[in-house]
Amino acid sequence: MKQKKFNKKRLHKILNNWELYLMLLPAVLYIILFVYKPMYGIQIAFRDFQFKDGITGSRWVGFDQFRRLFNSYWFPIILKNTLTISILNLLLSFPLPIIFALAANELRNEKVKRTLQTVSYAPHFISMVVMCGMVVMFTSPSSGIINKAIEFFGGEAIAFMQKPEMFKWVFVLSGIWQGTGWSSIIYFSALAAVDKSLLEAAEIDGASRLQRILYINLPTIVPTISIQIVLAVGRLMSLGQEKVLLLQTSPNLNGSEIIATYVYKVGLEQYSYSFSTAAGLFNSLCNCILLITANTITKKITKQGLW
Amino acid sequence: MRTKKRRIKKTLGEHIFITVNGIFLSLFFVIALYPIIYVLSASVSDPVAVSSGKMFLWPVGFNVDGYEQVLRYKDIWSGYANTIFYTVVGTILNLVATIPAAYALSRKDLEGRNFIMTLFIITMYFSGGLIPTYLNMSGFGLVNTRWSLLLSGLVGTYNLIVARTFFANNIPMELQEAAYLDGATTFQLLLKVVLPLSAPIIVVMALYYGVGHWNQYFQAMIYLRDRELYPLQVILKEILTQSQLSATGLEGFTAAEIEEMLRMSETADRMKYCIIVVSMAPMLAIYPWLQKYFAKGVMVGSVKG
Repeated sequence: MKQKKFNKKRLHKILNNWELYLMLLPAVLYIILFVYKPMYGIQIAFRDFQFKDGITGSRWVGFDQFRRLFNSYWFPIILKNTLTISILNLLLSFPLPIIFALAANELRNEKVKRTLQTVSYAPHFISMVVMCGMVVMFTSPSSGIINKAIEFFGGEAIAFMQKPEMFKWVFVLSGIWQGTGWSSIIYFSALAAVDKSLLEAAEIDGASRLQRILYINLPTIVPTISIQIVLAVGRLMSLGQEKVLLLQTSPNLNGSEIIATYVYKVGLEQYSYSFSTAAGLFNSLCNCILLITANTITKKITKQGLW
Repeated sequence: MRTKKRRIKKTLGEHIFITVNGIFLSLFFVIALYPIIYVLSASVSDPVAVSSGKMFLWPVGFNVDGYEQVLRYKDIWSGYANTIFYTVVGTILNLVATIPAAYALSRKDLEGRNFIMTLFIITMYFSGGLIPTYLNMSGFGLVNTRWSLLLSGLVGTYNLIVARTFFANNIPMELQEAAYLDGATTFQLLLKVVLPLSAPIIVVMALYYGVGHWNQYFQAMIYLRDRELYPLQVILKEILTQSQLSATGLEGFTAAEIEEMLRMSETADRMKYCIIVVSMAPMLAIYPWLQKYFAKGVMVGSVKG
């Protein structure tokens, strides 16, 4: 009896709010048709997909595609590259926006501070294609400004884009150039919440600028930092394949081929759909494990987590 | 005496701090800005001065020949037109799908709100991956159509959360109830009460989605085959990766031939610099004016809820 009444109330609430559901409809339809429906297609990783048979009509092959992946010539290379580039990227590009925000926050002149922030966001608005184009031109051994500078200081021109061992540095440093300013926004807004009276009290008590930063400003933004760490680790292995593809050259392939670019090549260039999907699934699984591990660790240390 | 000494010491430390901090921030400023200035200067300089390293900050041998070359390049203009189309229409579709949904999800009286929200959040961490997504698009017959670019990424979950948080925190519920008492329908409420109070978040969403469309390359490369559909970024990629002259592999050419090739590659480089400027100028001209909005957007988004 009570249950029935409850259901009726619930139904009434839904009917009453039909307009809200109508507002949700385009967004929900989109994720069902364009995000969830493709997930159903992941099963081709366990099949031998043929266009004429379709997704469900193709033959089951179990873990064959994965076995092929793990035994392939490229597997150790792409796994190593994915991990080294990802980890180097995380270690170098994560702390900089925090340091930049803390340092710029100390500027007393609001106008200077705002100009600096504006300029620091500019690289974010440059497209990946253009950014990579700039990298290639700047590092050119014959005419690039970076090599001109190296030669000016007595060094020898380096063919940055041709050397596999240079790739990770090119990737990470250009990413730092493009992303540091933009990533710092969130820390600037977190710093706006610092208690001004606390800073004044510390100043009267004789705390130096550096001490005020370390013991007041930094602790205030620690929750923001820990959330950002979890998010960054969650994205660890989803390196932008777009950027890697744009910076790849055949001589540097041994240092630049990552799982995501491999997925793209075997899938859309060689049409091995099932094999490519299996490689992609392997990448997402690694990502998932990293995300859960990172969340558990940060939760233990900072009592903050994504869930 | 003792206190005086401590005071002097403190100011000295303060001075050192300000100097070191100033140097660090100036360095940061220069590194962020220099590549952009270099490209601007290189685009209007004598190509020989650029490739020999004589031009390193301000233009040398000022001329606009590179831009004249770019103006004659037809593909760039069709690419530009396509990109404007994708950006304008795409962003409108994004907003039409995202804003009402975010508003609905901000309403606490929406039955099943948590379930629907979870559906969206899952998509932040899981996806079908490249091939299943491609096959899905192809199954709808949308490969090699403009729709493939307009519809992929129609609703970004991050954007949805930002907008929802904004509505939940900034539109007083009493105001909405008052509108209902006056006999407004929910659609009227959204259009006449909620949206006029939400200009900042609409600008933020338009900016986030718009930048995404303007700079979109990967989806276009995957889904489009016909040149007349290509956005600017795909055309740019073609031009920018046209091979650079390498120092090796020049054996067998006469000195005059090599010089001619060098001259051609230098002018090609200048044209590349011009194209880079032409493509990044609109975004770089717009974003400083919207700065206060996107800072706000990030702030709203960082509030957990």
